[in-house]
Amino acid sequence: MEKELWKGNEAIAEAAIRAGCKYFFGYPITPQTEVPEYLSLHLPEIGGCFLQAESEVAAINMVYGAGGCGVRVMTSSSSPGISLKQEGITYLCGAEVPCVIINVMRGGPGLGTIQPAQGDYFQATRGGGNGDYRTPVLAPANVQEAADFVRMAFDIADIYRNPVMVLADGMIGQMMEAVEWHDIEKRELPAKPWATTGTQNKREHNVINSLYIQPEPCAEHNEKLDKKYKLIEEKEVRFEEVDTDDCEILFVAYGTMSRVCRAAMKLLNDEGIKAGLFRPVTVWPFPYAQLRNAAERKSVKGIVDVELSMGQMIDDVKIALEGCKPISFIGRAGGIVPTPREVADAAKKAIGR
Amino acid sequence: MEKRIQIITGHYGSGKTEFAVNLALKYAKAGLKTALADLDIVNPYFRSTERRALLEEHGVRVISTSFSGYVDLPAITPEVLAIFDDPSYKGVIDMGGDPEGAHVLGRFERQLARGDYDVLCVLNANRPETKTPEKAALYLKAIEVASGLKVTGLVNNTHLCRDTGVEDILKGVALTRAVSEETGVPVAYHAVERKFVDQVRYQLGEGELLPIDIYMCKPWEFGL
Repeated sequence: MEKELWKGNEAIAEAAIRAGCKYFFGYPITPQTEVPEYLSLHLPEIGGCFLQAESEVAAINMVYGAGGCGVRVMTSSSSPGISLKQEGITYLCGAEVPCVIINVMRGGPGLGTIQPAQGDYFQATRGGGNGDYRTPVLAPANVQEAADFVRMAFDIADIYRNPVMVLADGMIGQMMEAVEWHDIEKRELPAKPWATTGTQNKREHNVINSLYIQPEPCAEHNEKLDKKYKLIEEKEVRFEEVDTDDCEILFVAYGTMSRVCRAAMKLLNDEGIKAGLFRPVTVWPFPYAQLRNAAERKSVKGIVDVELSMGQMIDDVKIALEGCKPISFIGRAGGIVPTPREVADAAKKAIGR
Repeated sequence: MEKRIQIITGHYGSGKTEFAVNLALKYAKAGLKTALADLDIVNPYFRSTERRALLEEHGVRVISTSFSGYVDLPAITPEVLAIFDDPSYKGVIDMGGDPEGAHVLGRFERQLARGDYDVLCVLNANRPETKTPEKAALYLKAIEVASGLKVTGLVNNTHLCRDTGVEDILKGVALTRAVSEETGVPVAYHAVERKFVDQVRYQLGEGELLPIDIYMCKPWEFGL
């Protein structure tokens, strides 16, 4: 199949179109602005609607409206903009409205910097909105995956009637890489009898709402959602293992940092130290059991959690390991990506070599 | 005859910066007093400014946008005038992508009136928005309208990053030739990664072969 050269953000936007998304509501922010820019050019060509809202808050509520009508809809932003969308995301989860949300993370907190970071891990996996809700989160490590995961995200959203996030970082959004528009796994998608498509006087009104004034129905609703989240935890865990057989050092990293770790593994290998990588692809649901299995290998002396943040995913690593192996941490936040050499040296130190 | 200042434009993601850095290093290595200006106001990542140390090591004066060099602000330093006003410099101007990036040139209308520049348009046949001669020519025209300048040379810089093969370069030769026929703009350069030079040397046609090294690496590609 023909390969083309795509910028991460462009590939995300094109993938949405290829997934049948005709509606996009957003607001520009670096380093993701090529997503709305691309869609502003190409959505009108297919009869879709691109709308630059007056703010991120307005955009996420437009997503709620469009998703409630049963159409495929997407929004994208970067860290501070995603913070603004948090209220909308909990409403979308509460009302069970499928949609795709792209976060191309930059350095924080607050306005931070426009360089790459992974500091929104807690927000993405725990939720920055109120209440007991979850959103599946796919974390691409290259532009091909960014293109694939956006298409997968639309399916997951429709299957579970839930928002799905694609969590990239500035490097994934801004870099150029080869992309092949191959088919993704075909999944069976449910009909959307709940959507507000007009009654035609043939049925009762559909209502899209997250308000349950009476505690009993609200409790019931929460239990129903919880069952759904447990099903997602069971069915949608994704991860990758690289050179984990006989490895002495086991890196745990996602997105851009997993690429740096892979380069660090080569450097370590040249020095006779075997290092492997466990890469969560879904950061929620987190691959707890799979990581535990990889870490329990006899050869593994230490786990090295590597992040473009100051120690967020490490909480999930600790939950997975339950103390079975020592865990070290390497992190850089605020827009600096550590070099493979820095990661390799820190990893050696972590296992006392 | 090549002019004193080379202005590098094109669709974003085509490899303008890689070409600009290699061109500046070529001039410096040939003993020319060289300056490179990073006038990208569009894209904060993968900027020629990031290679400042390497360029300066080879004697290239690096001029960045006036705030930090890593932002997408329309903040152009007056230092850029050094390239226009000091005729002892061989200048390379690395523009931001697309017509949006080329807009900046309007600021230098008076300096450009002197005419000692070429405007090069970098083409990459693997970029979906410029893969056909028709689409590429549209971009070229839009850049001309935004900058108020005529493109004077085409650059074939067709690659797929680490997945590049000889066939990509030859695809770019065909595209650049077709764009040249359609627009009447001559082919100025073929930027070819050094390892492919011997395989394509005699298949390029019009245009100078510029063997390039990859400097605009991703963070995990350094030192490997």
